[in-house]
Amino acid sequence: MTETKTLIIDDVEVEVPATYTLLQACEAAGAEIPRFCFHERLSIAGNCRMCLVELKGAPKPVASCAYAVRDCRPGPNGEPPRVLTRSPMTKKAREGVMEFLLINHPLDCPICDQGGECDLQDQAMAYGVDSSRFQENKRAVEDKYIGPLVKTIMTRCIHCTRCIRFSTEVAGVSELGATGRGEDMEITTYLESAMTSELQGNVIDLCPVGALTSRPYAFKARPWELNKTESVDVMDALGSAIRVDSRNTEVMRVLPRTNEAVNEEWISDKTRFIFDGLRTQRLDRPYLRENGKLRPASWQEAFAAIAEKVKAAPAERIGAIAGDMASVEEMFALKSLMHWLGSQNIDCREPHSALHPRHGRASYVFGSTIAGIEEADAILLVGANPRLEAAVLNARIRKAWRAAGTPVGVIGEPADLTYAYQHLGAGPASLAALAAGEIDFLKVLETAERPMIVLGQGALARPDGEAILATAAALAERVGALGGEWNGFNVLHTAASRVGGLDLAFVPGEAGHASAAMLGLEGEAPLDVLFLLGADEMPLDALGGTFLVYIGSHGDRGAHRADVILPGAAYTEKSGTYVNTEGRVQMANRAVFPPGDAREDWSILRALSEVLGVKLHFDSLPELRARLYEADSRFLALDEIPQEAPSGLRKLARARAGDLGEAPFASPIVDYFLTNPIARASAVMAECSALRLGPRAEAAE
Amino acid sequence: MLADKDRIFTNLYGLHDPGLKAAQKRGQWDGTKELLAKGRDWIIDEVKKSGLRGRGGAGFPTGLKWSFMPKQSEDRPHYLVVNADESEPGTCKDREIMRHDPHILLEGCLIASFAMGAHACYIYIRGEYIREREALQRAIDEAYEARLIGKDNLNGWDFDVYIAHGAGAYICGEETALLESLEGKKGQPRLKPPFPANVGLYGCPTTVNNVESIAVTPEILRRGGDWFAGIGKENNTGTKLFCISGHVNQPCTVEEAMSIPFRELIDRHCGGIRGGWDNLLAVIPGGSSVPLVPAEQIIDCPMDFDSLRALKSGLGTAAVIVMDKSTDIVRAISRIAYFYKHESCGQCTPCREGTGWMWRVLERMARGEAEKREIDMLLEVTYQVEGHTICALGDAAAWPVQGLIRHFRPEIEKRIDRYTANPNTETRVVLEAAE
Repeated sequence: MTETKTLIIDDVEVEVPATYTLLQACEAAGAEIPRFCFHERLSIAGNCRMCLVELKGAPKPVASCAYAVRDCRPGPNGEPPRVLTRSPMTKKAREGVMEFLLINHPLDCPICDQGGECDLQDQAMAYGVDSSRFQENKRAVEDKYIGPLVKTIMTRCIHCTRCIRFSTEVAGVSELGATGRGEDMEITTYLESAMTSELQGNVIDLCPVGALTSRPYAFKARPWELNKTESVDVMDALGSAIRVDSRNTEVMRVLPRTNEAVNEEWISDKTRFIFDGLRTQRLDRPYLRENGKLRPASWQEAFAAIAEKVKAAPAERIGAIAGDMASVEEMFALKSLMHWLGSQNIDCREPHSALHPRHGRASYVFGSTIAGIEEADAILLVGANPRLEAAVLNARIRKAWRAAGTPVGVIGEPADLTYAYQHLGAGPASLAALAAGEIDFLKVLETAERPMIVLGQGALARPDGEAILATAAALAERVGALGGEWNGFNVLHTAASRVGGLDLAFVPGEAGHASAAMLGLEGEAPLDVLFLLGADEMPLDALGGTFLVYIGSHGDRGAHRADVILPGAAYTEKSGTYVNTEGRVQMANRAVFPPGDAREDWSILRALSEVLGVKLHFDSLPELRARLYEADSRFLALDEIPQEAPSGLRKLARARAGDLGEAPFASPIVDYFLTNPIARASAVMAECSALRLGPRAEAAE
Repeated sequence: MLADKDRIFTNLYGLHDPGLKAAQKRGQWDGTKELLAKGRDWIIDEVKKSGLRGRGGAGFPTGLKWSFMPKQSEDRPHYLVVNADESEPGTCKDREIMRHDPHILLEGCLIASFAMGAHACYIYIRGEYIREREALQRAIDEAYEARLIGKDNLNGWDFDVYIAHGAGAYICGEETALLESLEGKKGQPRLKPPFPANVGLYGCPTTVNNVESIAVTPEILRRGGDWFAGIGKENNTGTKLFCISGHVNQPCTVEEAMSIPFRELIDRHCGGIRGGWDNLLAVIPGGSSVPLVPAEQIIDCPMDFDSLRALKSGLGTAAVIVMDKSTDIVRAISRIAYFYKHESCGQCTPCREGTGWMWRVLERMARGEAEKREIDMLLEVTYQVEGHTICALGDAAAWPVQGLIRHFRPEIEKRIDRYTANPNTETRVVLEAAE
């Protein structure tokens, strides 16, 4: 039982935990407290002084964001402490602070991108006075370059230091800081170098004024003219909650939504700044390859060309691969199509992946859940670089590490993860050594009550992946990570579609070929016709003479090799179900329509099925979903994680599944900013990528 | 008038050797072990009994402050931090102690540390005090050599002293900003509560004391709290170093009894006011941050915390800045306002924005280039800063301006009138057509 304390706030008596701050107590009592520097997820700075309230008995107003309820003294006769949030003293204090904030703040709201969603505007209206008495010259501050994503107009800065605290505490990269003193204090990076965090875009949301704004979005739109669509992100496997702001047919920006279970209120830079890639390199009409060249075609022509090839090919020489951003609905449609065509050659996994639904759901989801990271008391990362593979999840690990000093061990590449960890080795041998107790970190995992083992795709998508999976499962069982209440076995995916595909059993049947075989990586390519559902990350060089049908949104690797291109919809242009790495079922919504002749992918497959003579039994998305939920009701439970015991993992742990290889683990993400076709079409991402990789060396002449 | 026998700082002017041998001859490090043997509670009681109030400016009872430290901490060490960041304009007392009487400070550090259960003491010296640091370091080396301090020392309390050298920021004299600076961070005050006695240096219980407060404790303990309490008035007891600067014939730093009347202090030690008593305009009695007091009010005022507070000023650090009638009082306060604008750390809004505003208005007022309604506006701005900030620098910036307007409003109005009647165009840039 937590200790509680009674307070009287504006004549309202409330009982709140003693650990609350006055600001929280005031909110509990229904009193609104203005604030600039205070933010729930950052440390308390107490420097804006906007939240001053009158505390009876205190000689001066106190900063409610920083004053603990337990520090309030009772009245002379033992009555509860009284807080006044509407008294003349409070009002005066707020007006004073507001006036100070505004004297050096430029009144350039008409040309400020924050206009309409500016805390300073709103609070000046609510708590300020209507005129200024300041007659002197206003301060002007030089704008700083802090990277291609965040634009600075530093004259507007009110020195709340939220951005500094965010980059230091949450992002874990102490790049922003304040130089100078007093009114000459300025926020900058060291020598105006670009920020390197994958979460830097969040400072734009945190900035209460227009000092830090989105550079790609600069002067593009006003908040009140945007349509806001709540959706989920597909840039990584987290399924971060986002809001897509669109105007007419264009996505203007992407903002985070709060989802405590997944992304709190952060999103990665790729999620936020990818939107310009939605406009370029789009496939807006079908294409057909004739004489080695792609030419625009009509849907009928394209379908006819496919039908000709499919009808000529025997069923076992037809295959389909689903890509990283495919929704469950379209994978379901593709799977149904392949089923009716009689083919078992379907796969949604990267080549050589060891993941398979036959090991049980626990073998391919992030069992601890993302929020569970904060409860874990030891973490082992195997072949994963969460900073690149799931930047927001990495921030969670950092949060746990900061709060509780959670020990972290890493087997894989020694990268800068923003928290301290013990590097235990580079490859499978180290994992085996750890499991055998040859590395001391095992004791840490064994003594931990809630140990976490995180397997990245770098450890699983390789020929010895199944042996690694089994070794990790055995280790998990040994350290008690597969217990009854705590499931500490985690697979960190990099693709938004993967868990949905595995749930859907979008994997080859008994006689089917897996993706590696289909792509010709294991000898001659065995297929005559291959469907790619937005699968651009697969190696396509060994396909040989396979007739390739590409369904997708961007003219990228898949489209370059394709024989027929069917233009699909990007993730902002369709309603679709995605299952994130935890196994959480989420629904993305349509913000805009696909460009030109492009159609939603499921409807393309439905139309194609008719031409192929295996008409699918649904005519609309609701009908498709009804079929889907009939086949698997797990997809019906939105925002929930279906629970399943890790029995398959236990079985896997006991079975020996081949030998471990020698090669060290390598993260599948080589260039964080260019991991999918949308990102590769984005000029902003290209700039970020170039900045990160440094100037390319050029041959001297 | 303080009798010579009652003086604590017997080498204030550096007439004798500051070294250990000479210091011991002057009675320092005498019976320290026996003092410690009487126990922590006895020491704190004796300091409480002496009525010693903190010499850093706020005048908080030192014994009480020490008693706030937790008796025993299982997991955290205790620290004593000595604030030698003497930056208040007009103040020059701690440097004399560190230069000429460093051993009495070190002895005080040992005793205070013992009283608070601290085994380590940090002395944070102002950035500009180079020679002082050297003198103090010499004394520390001597004391280590003589095993007066250090591990297994003769006094029986393991104790280490470290000197930390600041970088010259005024704000680092604020106790929590000092702790931040000591930890290697940007010197910005912390939010209170928690107070340093609970969460101080490196999150451990810490007491921050002024140099003078620490340096007087050995003598208090040797001679007894009652002796100290017998000097001065009730609640304003003991001896105090006064630093008199400005328009007196002989500016000096002098140890005197608390509550000595201003006139006596000046006549006896400073050779009177320049140009005689009739020439006195105003006095800033406690360092630049306290409001000034006009001549007629200060002349017979006892120099102590409570009497000066009754005049709406304060004793502060007892840095008495005397201004005769040749002083341009508005410009003087404007200069002080500039100092606070320059030294504001920039962390919290009212001080960051308010200090610059006040200085700019005052700067115009010094020329008379203002309107009379701006005087009230300026006064209101000072009240908007005062009490709304994290630390006391906001108050310190506001008080001098309040003092000026309280006592010299006619002077400001006179200037405004004079300027309005004949606006000074000399300083304006006149645009001339090019030929």
